[in-house]
Amino acid sequence: MKILLRRYRFFLCATAVCVLFLLLLPAYRNKAIEVIVFQTETMLLVIPPIFILLGLLDVWVPREQMMRFMGPGSGLKGTALAFLLGSFAAGPLYAAFPVAAILMKKGASFNNIMVFIGAWSTTKIPMLLFESSALGLRFALSRLAIDIVGIIVISLLMKALLPKAEIERLYKQAEAFD
Amino acid sequence: METVLLYLVAAICLVWSFLKDRQKTRIAIQKSFKAFEGILPQFLVIFLLVAMIMAILDTRTISLLLGKSSGGWGVFAASLVGAVTLIPGFVAFPVAAVLLQGGAGATQIAAFVSSLMMVGVVTLPLEIQFFGKRAAFLRNSLAYMFSLIVAVFVGWVVNQ
Repeated sequence: MKILLRRYRFFLCATAVCVLFLLLLPAYRNKAIEVIVFQTETMLLVIPPIFILLGLLDVWVPREQMMRFMGPGSGLKGTALAFLLGSFAAGPLYAAFPVAAILMKKGASFNNIMVFIGAWSTTKIPMLLFESSALGLRFALSRLAIDIVGIIVISLLMKALLPKAEIERLYKQAEAFD
Repeated sequence: METVLLYLVAAICLVWSFLKDRQKTRIAIQKSFKAFEGILPQFLVIFLLVAMIMAILDTRTISLLLGKSSGGWGVFAASLVGAVTLIPGFVAFPVAAVLLQGGAGATQIAAFVSSLMMVGVVTLPLEIQFFGKRAAFLRNSLAYMFSLIVAVFVGWVVNQ
């Protein structure tokens, strides 16, 4: 019980703030409730299949195989795979973090993890189609082109700017996923 | 549409796994559930934060902010609004399209769209959970700076 309370303490604080918000600012009440309902719907809809796939990936894909495909020695192929995995994913960016953790546990390189996160955030294929119909092909394609460059540059910068010890710590932490 | 596809893939994998090895499948599902339960507190906090932010910054307010602002300040404002909001693309793109037709600059819209997708201020607690403070802050800062570059580039291409 105490552990449960400790784990959910931020949630309890946020709930208190949110209740105050709803009570004190009636003008925003409907909109806030609408957003909560929408977010909960998204979570209940998108999260279960992602986590099922995550569990299956953990059980079925051996570490050696993932190392070969996306590990430090996987080169351009590994980066391309990380790009594709992220681009074909569905769901909001926050759903990508647990998936990235399991890829780390399985031995994907830090660069490839960052490429995966970048691709998930911004180069999703279904979104691209939607973007080009809403904002024009020129807009969507030019954004895609610079995003591909940017994602790779950001992943390289992350690797270069983060201390090695910190990256190792993150890998240790990811291994705790069970 | 994406969601249907996601379910289809998950279902096929699950059935395949179950046919191959029941025990392993059971372990996999236990792991899925444990992983989900592990981040549920963070998820819930984010939902409430997003609800409050999005109640104030609803699409009308965003349109107002993006539609009026122009020039360098407009790009800056658009990128800030994008960074603190969490809107799915299928909602954001139509809004952006209306703004674009209404005379907003492509550079500002690109700044908004790009930082909306790559920078997540509200989801930082969750990102920190998995990547630690240093990596999470670094990734978001880099992504934010990159969004400004995207804005300039996309604006330049579209206005050619």
